[in-house]
Amino acid sequence: MSPSNSGVASVASGAAAAAARPRAGWSFLASELVLLFRRRRTWVLLATLAAIPVLVAVAVRLSTARAPGSGRGPAFLDQITQNGLFVSVVALTICVPLFLPLAVGVVAGDTIAGEAGAGTLRYLLVAPVGRIRLLLVKFAAAIAFCLAATVVITAAGALIGAALFPVGPVVLLSGDTIGVPDSIVRALLIAGYVTVSLAGLTAIGLFVSTLTDAPVGAMAATVVVSIVAQVLDSLPQLDWLHPYLFTHYWLGFADLLRQPVEFSSFSSNALLQLAYVLIFGSLAIGRFTSKDILS
Amino acid sequence: MTAAAPELAIETRQLTKTFGRQTVVNNLDLAVPRGSVFGFLGPNGSGKTTTIRMLLGLASATSGEVRVLGQELPQQLPGVLPRVGALIEGPGFYPFLSGSANLIRLDSADRFASPATRRKRVADALERVGLTHAAGKKVKAYSLGMKQRLGIANALLTPRELIVLDEPTNGLDPQGTREVRHLVRSLTDQGTTVFVSSHLLAEIEQMCTHAAVMRAGNLVAQGSLDELRQTGQTRIRLVTPDAQLALGVLAGLGLAADVEAPPERGGASADPQLIAPLPEEVAAEQIVEALVANGVRVRGFTVAGSTLEDLFVALTGEGFDVAQ
Repeated sequence: MSPSNSGVASVASGAAAAAARPRAGWSFLASELVLLFRRRRTWVLLATLAAIPVLVAVAVRLSTARAPGSGRGPAFLDQITQNGLFVSVVALTICVPLFLPLAVGVVAGDTIAGEAGAGTLRYLLVAPVGRIRLLLVKFAAAIAFCLAATVVITAAGALIGAALFPVGPVVLLSGDTIGVPDSIVRALLIAGYVTVSLAGLTAIGLFVSTLTDAPVGAMAATVVVSIVAQVLDSLPQLDWLHPYLFTHYWLGFADLLRQPVEFSSFSSNALLQLAYVLIFGSLAIGRFTSKDILS
Repeated sequence: MTAAAPELAIETRQLTKTFGRQTVVNNLDLAVPRGSVFGFLGPNGSGKTTTIRMLLGLASATSGEVRVLGQELPQQLPGVLPRVGALIEGPGFYPFLSGSANLIRLDSADRFASPATRRKRVADALERVGLTHAAGKKVKAYSLGMKQRLGIANALLTPRELIVLDEPTNGLDPQGTREVRHLVRSLTDQGTTVFVSSHLLAEIEQMCTHAAVMRAGNLVAQGSLDELRQTGQTRIRLVTPDAQLALGVLAGLGLAADVEAPPERGGASADPQLIAPLPEEVAAEQIVEALVANGVRVRGFTVAGSTLEDLFVALTGEGFDVAQ
């Protein structure tokens, strides 16, 4: 520890710097994204999600060699053999109920609690990052992860599908046929739909994460919430509640496979997710801004 | 808090923090002069870290006022924090990032820090704490002492007016401790106020100009080190073979002396020692004169102000009983 003065300006210039206008702070968001996507854990999550379309495609390829489509299994499963691009849609249908909520739960539950658990939260706050700004940046990064996750599934599905099955015009649910470029646009629309679907859960995870210093607890709680919501959504006795559950439109992206595109479930879903983001975002802000940081 | 405020880097009035029914910090009136190295002393659990958390806006005060660098907290917090560097209750870093990547991350969180000079400032801060060789190493491979240094480097990323170091020498070897002392001195040369907490008196005594002593959430003493020393009783220490005779003479002058057995090892000092508090109205030379006149063989005579250690022990108690 050499006490040299190198690189350290006088305190007066420090005061001048502090009086200057603060920057917009994009570099912190960039830092957050780099931190998230450099972590091995994030790569493991994305790799696991990418493995699902691969498994689906391989399984279908091996079984259709023996018996033709039986009509069982997830929606669109039979279409795979005619058009490999459908692997993406099947994989998303499989991932939405459990695998994506698991991955999102890990990332969203870790947002604040992970920093608290690592002891870095206090240093970020005195750096300083305003508490609301920290929540916004964490939420934005978690949403970026949601997008990355769905895009990874979609891309992995399209690639493995193209490798194992013929690629050609796609027959939609409405009976119309669209070409390959149009079907890629549809696949990206579906990825967008799923990303939006996960926004509410991300906000819930962010809020739960402000309640504890134990990231694993926040992750588990977030995943449990998503499962409970899906269970409630499947009980016909609770019909009145279903439109308010953030999981209600999770599998509604089939409407994007009609001609013309049916956007009503997309907009209902977006509105519902927005409501969840506003409610749980406000709860997270209320909780986090009044909390004593003792971690 | 108007006129005197600009001279104080930290000022608290009646600062109190309670957790449930437990009062952790009780009516604290801190006054940390600008440009000082201020030692914040107290046993473990005496409320030091909680106070520091309130000074940095991490925890809210239950009642009372806080001013840091002349600004009212928590209202002015966003304007104050960029001027303050801190090490709070041990370092906290991302184990999977390198030392320099960790500092870059924390620096990018500061909206006042220039991205253009970021890498240079990080490299300079690492150099100042002697971590240049480990800059690219992941923090999980750092020793505790290295993490501690990295935490100090974080506080030095930009020029600060106030640096708060909570137990900065924890985990450091004697060499590292010396380096921290050196570093703290170099900071004050640049006009920075340094607020150091510690439970080790020797550390405070060696690097601080001012100190405050906490006990069980209460501030029990505060001032410059000289002022603190003067609050203790001045004492005389007499070495003589004629202990009984000397006791009588001292009693005649109004001094109540204790006799200490001679040290085990022999030699010239194998005589009993008498220790007595020195009342203000008695001059030391008067005592020696009286002793010699009465035939006491004076082999050693010293007058000493009480050490800070005496004061610290008197204020905070001895031993391991953690304050309740």
